[in-house]
Amino acid sequence: MSNLALHSYLALVLVGFLPSEVWRWLGVLLGRSLDEDSEIVLWVRAVATALVAAVVARIVLFPPGGLADVPLEVRLGAITCGLIGFFVLKRSPFAGLIVGEAALVAGALLVGR
Amino acid sequence: MSTPLQPGPSQSTARAFLSGVVAAWTSVFALVLAGSYIGIGALAHDFGFSIGWMTASTLLVWAAPAQVILVSTLGAGAALIEVALAIALSAVRLLPMVVALLPLLRTERTRQRELILPTHFTAISMWVEALRLLPQIPRENRIAYCNGIGLGFMTIACIAGAIGYLLAGRLPLPLAATLLFLTPMAFLVSVIRNSRLMVDRLAFAIGFAVGPLMIWGKVDLALMWTGLIGGTVAHVAARLVARKGRPS
Repeated sequence: MSNLALHSYLALVLVGFLPSEVWRWLGVLLGRSLDEDSEIVLWVRAVATALVAAVVARIVLFPPGGLADVPLEVRLGAITCGLIGFFVLKRSPFAGLIVGEAALVAGALLVGR
Repeated sequence: MSTPLQPGPSQSTARAFLSGVVAAWTSVFALVLAGSYIGIGALAHDFGFSIGWMTASTLLVWAAPAQVILVSTLGAGAALIEVALAIALSAVRLLPMVVALLPLLRTERTRQRELILPTHFTAISMWVEALRLLPQIPRENRIAYCNGIGLGFMTIACIAGAIGYLLAGRLPLPLAATLLFLTPMAFLVSVIRNSRLMVDRLAFAIGFAVGPLMIWGKVDLALMWTGLIGGTVAHVAARLVARKGRPS
């Protein structure tokens, strides 16, 4: 295993596994002393939601590899189409996903021409 | 609802485990999970990780949002401390899940180490299904059943991750881009769908707007600050609105 590969596995354990697993262990330790609907749980959920939203925005705006070859306008347009599809088609996440993906392909092909 | 694999009273541990696996494979979450992990596998490929690393991240981290953060931040060369903080913040929600699950699993004779596996398997998909199905399972079989659900889901995720990874390297451009686009698009609509509370939608909207600004402005620990600021503002705003709406 190359040095770089070893580093990426070490990083996986240190900054991926441990920071997530520790909450599972704490859950066992804390046991029953936490209420599902308590203020702190609601706040934690809001923080996690905002963070995940930032990650989603980051992937769309600063995308990796293949997605970066699709122009920004097409990426944003596809996200918008997916959202519209979701709301118009009975709030179905699946419909939103299909419409968004179709818009991405269509946009990429149009621009590529 | 009496299939032969539905566990009856006093059934062997192995059978309970197997019925858990079957429950996972026939759950609607199997499809959702497959879709998300195809997307994450594709992301891992394009951010330059190996397929072994991708699989290990599924086995060890076992939380799709955390894995998306891990792949996209580590892959983009973010500082390790920033990655760790973002993962930790995104994964706090595992704590209340574990707390809610344990009373269903424990008996007077349950030892702490028997809870290690079901606790590690706890993630949104497994948690929802376990909470729904466990009450019908005899108490002494529940840990085995729960491990079955967890391993069933994890197997699907590992296979789907590998498929996404391999496809991302082989498909022509617009199609490869659709795999990478799966994660942001699916997260976006499913968060809007799942957020019945105003606070969640507000948190998502603020995060979506503030996050890129912070990243663009090269703020240190951008994801962590976005989460803390967006989450806190949304939480406070939702409380104020709730207080105003309540007749006093």
